[in-house]
Amino acid sequence: MDSNRRKFLKLAGLGAIAGVAAPSAFNSLLKGEAIASSGGHAESAGHGGHAAAAPTGKQYGLVIDVKQFADTPGLGEHCIRACHSLHNVPDFGNKKDEIKWIWIEKYENAFPEHSNYKRNADLHKMPIVTLCNHCSKPPCVRACPTKATFKNKDGIVMMDFHRCIGCRFCMAACPYGARSFNWRDPRGKNEIGKPFISRINPDFPTRTRGVVEKCNFCSERLAKGLQPACVEAAGGAMIFGDLNDPGSEINKVLSEKFTIQRKPSLGTNPSLFYIL
Amino acid sequence: MPMYDMNKILPGLIIFAGLMTFPIWYNSGNAGAVPKPEKPTNAKECVRPTDYMRTSHMVLLNEYRDAVVRDGERGAIKDAGGVEYDEKSLMLGCMKCHVSAKKFCDECHTYAAVKPYCWECHIQPKETN
Repeated sequence: MDSNRRKFLKLAGLGAIAGVAAPSAFNSLLKGEAIASSGGHAESAGHGGHAAAAPTGKQYGLVIDVKQFADTPGLGEHCIRACHSLHNVPDFGNKKDEIKWIWIEKYENAFPEHSNYKRNADLHKMPIVTLCNHCSKPPCVRACPTKATFKNKDGIVMMDFHRCIGCRFCMAACPYGARSFNWRDPRGKNEIGKPFISRINPDFPTRTRGVVEKCNFCSERLAKGLQPACVEAAGGAMIFGDLNDPGSEINKVLSEKFTIQRKPSLGTNPSLFYIL
Repeated sequence: MPMYDMNKILPGLIIFAGLMTFPIWYNSGNAGAVPKPEKPTNAKECVRPTDYMRTSHMVLLNEYRDAVVRDGERGAIKDAGGVEYDEKSLMLGCMKCHVSAKKFCDECHTYAAVKPYCWECHIQPKETN
């Protein structure tokens, strides 16, 4: 049956051509779309330069007036106490196991991108109060394999301690050292029987061993319409507000004063600003 | 196949089987002391019907956790009777009525031999008495 074989070969050939051509035609259609959308991207990138895309939702931020902290000895420590006692942050009594939500850093360590050459001596003595930067592009969130840390609708980098598996990828990813790992049981006691949390606040949970913790920008206080505990304790040396709200006090301060951020070149878009 | 010492092995086997199954037949038809979780004195109704709470309170707690931590919805919750509670929270919500974890939570958890780890981080209300 020659004619039948001939017919079969013809059909098979056509089928093969169609099979090769259809996906590539489909792909080229898809590419057409991709080109169109990337064109749009390029346009918006050209618009804002290195600035973030059009802000959507809230992004809480903080302006820290380092001068006021330098002028008032003990103010930084007061802020730390306010935060750490409220959030049941344990004190393990050594640097290796230290848990910190807010802490004091030296100028040269807080701003390593800035030159230290011939800076005046006062600058190096200044207590740089620092905490989680609640970056708008947080590298810790990208590193977390369980989505235990995430960006919430207020722009706060939150932790869901229930989900944390203690892998510490986030700690490696955070360029600001804002995350601490519970190597020991925070509810435990040291050798002389002193509990690591001297007075437990019954309104906030503790953490457990094997969990990473960090500042939550007092989201539990914000929900009640209060300011973060450190801001309240700082009494004017810290200004808290929504960076995406053009009318907010923090934006007014930012537009008037010269401020710097920690390690801005990393592109994390930190939400903490310092007046030096 | 010859069997030696049948007169010793058989009674031995029967005694062994009897001893091994002792807990089963000794407790048969007896479910043990039924747990009696302490009811709150300040409220008549919970946030969900009792039957639901009895079987699925852990599901509700997970929903509250996700709502509070993920979506920031801490807000007031209403029960079937329209009574409002302040917060979706174990420590600041549930335990304001169910004031004792020992007399409420542990009653059933011990009976059912489940060991939830809520209190490894969350803080139990102080036991009074």
